Amino acid sequence: MVRLTINGVTRDIEVDPSTPLLWVLREQAGLTGTKYGCGVAQCGACTVHLDGNPVRSCLLPVAALTEDQKITTIEGLSADGSHPVQQAWVKLDVPQCGYCQSGMIMAAVGLLQRNPKPSDADIDAEMTNICRCGTYIRVREAIKLAASNLPVTPST
Amino acid sequence: MTLAATAVSRRNFLIGSASAVGGLSLGFHIPDVLATTPSAAMPPEVNAWVVIKPDDTVVIRMARTEMGQGSLTGLAQLVAEELECDWSKVTTEYALPGQNVARGRVWGSFVTGGSTAIRGSQEYLRKGGAAAREMLIAAAAANWKVPAAECFAADSVITHRPSGRKVTFGVVATAAAGMTPPENVTLKDPKEWKLIGKPVARLDTVDKTNGKQIFGADLQLPGMLNATVRACPIFGGNVKSFDEAAVARMPGVRKVLQIDARTMVVVADTWWQAKTAMDALPIVWDEGPNIGMSSESIAATLKEGLEASDAFIDAEVGDAPAVIAKATRKISAVYAYPFQAHATMEPMNATARYTPQKCEVWAPTQNGEAALTVAAETAGLPVQQCEVYKLHPGGGFGRRAVQDFVRQAVLVAKAIPGTPVKLLWTREEDMVQGPFHPTSQCKLTGALDDEGNLTALRVRIAGPSIAAHVRPEAMQGRKDSGVFHGLSLTDADHLGYNVDNLLIDHAMRNLPIPPGYWRGVNLNQNAVYLECFIDELAHEAGVDPLVFRRKLMTKHPKHLAVLDAVAKGIGWETPPPKGVHRGIAQFMGYGSYVAAAAEVSVTAGQLKIHRLVAASDMGYNVNPAQTVRQVEGSFVFGLSALLYGGCTVQGGRMVEDNFHTYQVMRLAEMPAVDTHIVPSGGFWGGVGEPTIAVGTPAVLNAIFAATGKRIRSLPLKNHNLA
Repeated sequence: MVRLTINGVTRDIEVDPSTPLLWVLREQAGLTGTKYGCGVAQCGACTVHLDGNPVRSCLLPVAALTEDQKITTIEGLSADGSHPVQQAWVKLDVPQCGYCQSGMIMAAVGLLQRNPKPSDADIDAEMTNICRCGTYIRVREAIKLAASNLPVTPST
Repeated sequence: MTLAATAVSRRNFLIGSASAVGGLSLGFHIPDVLATTPSAAMPPEVNAWVVIKPDDTVVIRMARTEMGQGSLTGLAQLVAEELECDWSKVTTEYALPGQNVARGRVWGSFVTGGSTAIRGSQEYLRKGGAAAREMLIAAAAANWKVPAAECFAADSVITHRPSGRKVTFGVVATAAAGMTPPENVTLKDPKEWKLIGKPVARLDTVDKTNGKQIFGADLQLPGMLNATVRACPIFGGNVKSFDEAAVARMPGVRKVLQIDARTMVVVADTWWQAKTAMDALPIVWDEGPNIGMSSESIAATLKEGLEASDAFIDAEVGDAPAVIAKATRKISAVYAYPFQAHATMEPMNATARYTPQKCEVWAPTQNGEAALTVAAETAGLPVQQCEVYKLHPGGGFGRRAVQDFVRQAVLVAKAIPGTPVKLLWTREEDMVQGPFHPTSQCKLTGALDDEGNLTALRVRIAGPSIAAHVRPEAMQGRKDSGVFHGLSLTDADHLGYNVDNLLIDHAMRNLPIPPGYWRGVNLNQNAVYLECFIDELAHEAGVDPLVFRRKLMTKHPKHLAVLDAVAKGIGWETPPPKGVHRGIAQFMGYGSYVAAAAEVSVTAGQLKIHRLVAASDMGYNVNPAQTVRQVEGSFVFGLSALLYGGCTVQGGRMVEDNFHTYQVMRLAEMPAVDTHIVPSGGFWGGVGEPTIAVGTPAVLNAIFAATGKRIRSLPLKNHNLA
């Protein structure tokens, strides 16, 4: 049994505590927006936020987490897709197959929370998620578009 | 997008495990073919392609798979153009393969590959839209008791011209469904198109930004179990023994199965439990005959093929060997292309439920009909008692043209009748089992006259045939035309150069490693071989690579037009910035003419690709916004192979088993891309793959310009550019 706070709700979950957060989200919490791509923290498809910071959930056992830590998944980013990053993604038609895009969006939101006006070099350094369809140009553009629409002081 | 054709009853299931964190379930329609009560609320199908609901929503049915390439939107544009419906009311759904069989293949082919989705179905889709429009107009006219010829449709509204009376599609859809379909319809002249050629937004974006898109791996069915698979990692090897008792009591484990000679499966309550138990399962492999196979032994086999006398001739003009033998100026080079993994972001998966009466499969597949055939054969049931529900794949790239995961899922489901089982591969399984883009080598020899003109070209390719692997009986002792893709003189996708003496042939060297269709397929290596060697010949002749090519292209104006477009786009006639160097390439594939120009710099051995310019002539272009994305994506796929891609064989198995060893391009390496879409009309070419061919040779030629080094094998990570 573990107690986790996922998208603002604290819940007890019956699971082996050695299970990675990714699989607890997908299989116990029913939140399949977070994806399995590699299982070795390479591809970033499993990116979620832990207290506002992007983390790769595929190697993170839930035993390492406490109920005080806020886990945010793509489903919890906004109730209605209204987050500026989601809006920018829609405006620029970023996704192709879409499988990596939850992770991409969570990584981009994390970047913008720490750095509301990232340079190209900042985006290069932070956006290490893999996309096989090749959406990178649109991802970069959408981050810049979202940055231009963000309030000057980012909310956390 | 809903999952099922409406010809089949649906029931609204709640999916997602609600047990632990109640309230997180997600309402979702999945088809329940076991429910037999026909629904009275089912909206009328005007014809197989078009369903119109009373609220005027237009549902356009799709047979081809949306795997990221955007054809779901493009195909809908083709239907909607002729249907004259309001584009803002358009939604789509997948037609069911089993229904296709039952209805005399009314939706045609389900194959999604070879960049054929648009060009292979554009005519019958436009006709389908036009026929539905005529039936809607006929229904309205009959109701008004006026001649149909006095009525017209626009934006989902039918208007009676003389009286000005109007009615929406949704009102007359039920009556239209009862009309006799027109025998002939006249399609619009391309000049009249309003929707085809417009950069409309994708229809499937929103759910891909909020976690709602259900991919194959995300499917949840009531009572579902989860499975993972491990086949012998050694090609040609089998399972010798396994110790079920070691894992049988691990948490959640339901079954340990050997489903065929080489494959183990663990079934558990959750996938993580299945995977954990599989990792712990002691398996002894029977290594088989290929344990000594390595990249080196394969390279030696191919090298022998470069000089062998047994070869299938494709292009033959004049007498290239004789001219080369007598020539005083000639050069020769050997190129090689390695194995590549598809590495779709979503690993292979399928879900199956089997009973002695019925087999159902939910799968992300590039070919729903092939999946149905495999399901039926594996289940041992007639096709009529099987159905496949397609789910969006997290990438295809040719990998999901093969239905091995469907076969595996049905074998597992058969062992647990009545219980749905989702089988999901690990990334490692995905990387080591293939099928793989096959390796090959190519020897090219060219002769030049005193003025530097190319007088003869000899091309020998040595490597496996994908067709011989896929259809071994049909291909027995026969030439595989596919290996000459883009180099042929007779194929639709033909060589863009005139050479008076030309010989191109293939020494087929099939290997015990399964070859497969990998985005771009044989275009990838053929373009590298030819376009880099043409660059070598230009250098040997002392002629600018663009000028050298143009002299050979006088009879190929479409090839030349895209080459000229990228030359202009990159500014070939003006010097590049200091330290920046250029390369250029052109090719034809999948019915389209493509070219690329690259600007790179190499500093202390570090390559930077600054800019790529692409040009593409696909005849008619359906959606330029999606085409731009396909061009950019093609560059990423091809350049990932150039920079890092290459599966190494050691001890009869693949060494690279995840993204840390099989690296791919990431955002920081993505150059600026300037895409010129130059559709010349009169034909329909593909856009998902052709551009993949030209990025790599353009960059390699630019690297030569920068360093004087000819890189003749991939990936670049194995070369020192300093």
